[in-house]
Amino acid sequence: MQRYILRRVLQSIVVLVVLAFIIFALARVTGNPADLLLSEDATAEDRDHLLRALGLDRPLHEQLFIFLRGAVRGDLGQSIRYRKPAVEVFFERLPNTLTLVPLALVFAVVVSIPLGLLAAVYRGSLIDRVCGSIAVLGIATPSFWLGIILIYVFSIKLGVLPSARMGGPSHYILPVVTLSAFLVAGMMRLVRSSVLEVLDSEFVKLARIKGLSQTVVLWKHCLRNALIPVVTLFGVFFALLVTGAIVTETVFAWPGVGRLTYEAVIFRDYPLLQAVILLKAIIVLGVNLTVDVLYAYLDPRVRYASP
Amino acid sequence: MSRIESPIALAPPAIGAASDARPRADLARLPWTAFVIIVVAVLVAVFAPLIAPYSPTEQSLPDKLLPPAWEEGGSTNHLLGTDLLGRDVLSRLVYGARVSLTVALSALLAGGGVGLMLGILSGYFGGRVDGLIMRVVDATLTFPTILIALLLTVSLGQGLRTIVIAVTFIIWARFARIVRGEVLVVKARDFVALARVHGCSDLRIMAVHVVPNVMNTFMVLLTLHVGFVIIVEATLSFLGAGIAPPTPSWGQMVADGRGHIASAWWLSVVPGAAIMLVVLAFNLFGDWLRDWLDPRLRQM
Repeated sequence: MQRYILRRVLQSIVVLVVLAFIIFALARVTGNPADLLLSEDATAEDRDHLLRALGLDRPLHEQLFIFLRGAVRGDLGQSIRYRKPAVEVFFERLPNTLTLVPLALVFAVVVSIPLGLLAAVYRGSLIDRVCGSIAVLGIATPSFWLGIILIYVFSIKLGVLPSARMGGPSHYILPVVTLSAFLVAGMMRLVRSSVLEVLDSEFVKLARIKGLSQTVVLWKHCLRNALIPVVTLFGVFFALLVTGAIVTETVFAWPGVGRLTYEAVIFRDYPLLQAVILLKAIIVLGVNLTVDVLYAYLDPRVRYASP
Repeated sequence: MSRIESPIALAPPAIGAASDARPRADLARLPWTAFVIIVVAVLVAVFAPLIAPYSPTEQSLPDKLLPPAWEEGGSTNHLLGTDLLGRDVLSRLVYGARVSLTVALSALLAGGGVGLMLGILSGYFGGRVDGLIMRVVDATLTFPTILIALLLTVSLGQGLRTIVIAVTFIIWARFARIVRGEVLVVKARDFVALARVHGCSDLRIMAVHVVPNVMNTFMVLLTLHVGFVIIVEATLSFLGAGIAPPTPSWGQMVADGRGHIASAWWLSVVPGAAIMLVVLAFNLFGDWLRDWLDPRLRQM
């Protein structure tokens, strides 16, 4: 078990270092990163000054060292737009996203697991077909558009839900639905197909022969095993949520780190963007690591099987 | 092929031909609605200049924010209305089809191609190569790769090249993982072993014996990912990281109309509906193609 954890920690660190290299290289591949930092009316003197201040007049390997040293110390440069350390801006916004993303995850699980189970049990019935259509539509609908449509219907036409910014509980409804739509579609399909597979297995047949009730067979024997693929794909789902949060927060003017990412792109705020990406990467890797370790703890096959 | 004298190297049998229960290659099961939508979208994209009633970038401020023809105040001159700068929405939609489909297809081919190559290398050589490539695949799949795409836009600038690189980065791992699985199956077959005994080089075995046998899978994967890539492209455009304006693309049209949803709903709703319809059509078509060519992929 310790060996497994150690290996996964090392892997995560390697991914982070590679990412840091990519960020470092991309800033330099198209010219001098100083040009990304300077406003358009900066003079040549400003540029020289900035070059020296940032150490960009030194050889490349020294620059890399400076960048990595800063990153380790939590110094990722100043945001151009906010004129504050980029890391600080990120952590100011993080709590707002941390209320949204877990809610969307819980919502997706609560909706998609029962629906997927029902669709599998009543295969071919009306409910199966309705769930199937929702899944197909959910995957084909761009979430930014879904958000706009929801705003149009519920905020503008019906006037029952707020369309933007944070506030009371009602402010959460539309963003949570938008953010989790894609996930609901994907999870529902996955639960349905894995329940179908498990329903066909020997141990479910045995449970039935033993005379256990349908409810016990379904919820205890069937669902538990059917959820294994869902847990396995948690990392992929979480990555989807982090991606989705950028779009959702942009549509709903939600002041979280997703919206911050969008602002960094729109205002070409390179230091802010690189900080956002590195910090998000740390969070994603941390969450994946925790889930993997928990999973390996619960299911010994994982820690022995994976290379 | 005449250079190869051995019967071993004769066309390797397609995998799956011998396997059981392949659903009938049934044209009647073809999702006709989806197929028609795809054909229409492609025709519109190809013949955009002939179909579009106006130039997609020509502004006409007196005509700004006209609603679609069926709404009150709309006119038949602008069937789908006009935008904030008086540009004809229908014309922008038509040219947008061209931009969105071209970008999506080139990005898809690039990303799919990279995934195909790495998947073949990984499956064929196994061992450390496999371990390394699959580790990178896992890391990529559980990483919000759109962040890298956004980073690319800011450092390389907007444009087709940036989107192609960005999408490659986002989708290659999905291809590599599945192609690798297929290669493992192909590699275990007799004709590969015989080719090796016969003295074929690794490169030749991969090119002549492995590639043709994973082509079905690859084609199915490509079709299944068209919709996904269209959404990725639209999302990048929506976030200001797609093709630069004023060239119209669907995602960017949705983004432009977002602020005017209360007064001019058609600006966002129409291009978004176009994205959804086309993606839906490609997904349904892809599902059909998969059931026909490569039913085992169903588990993916």
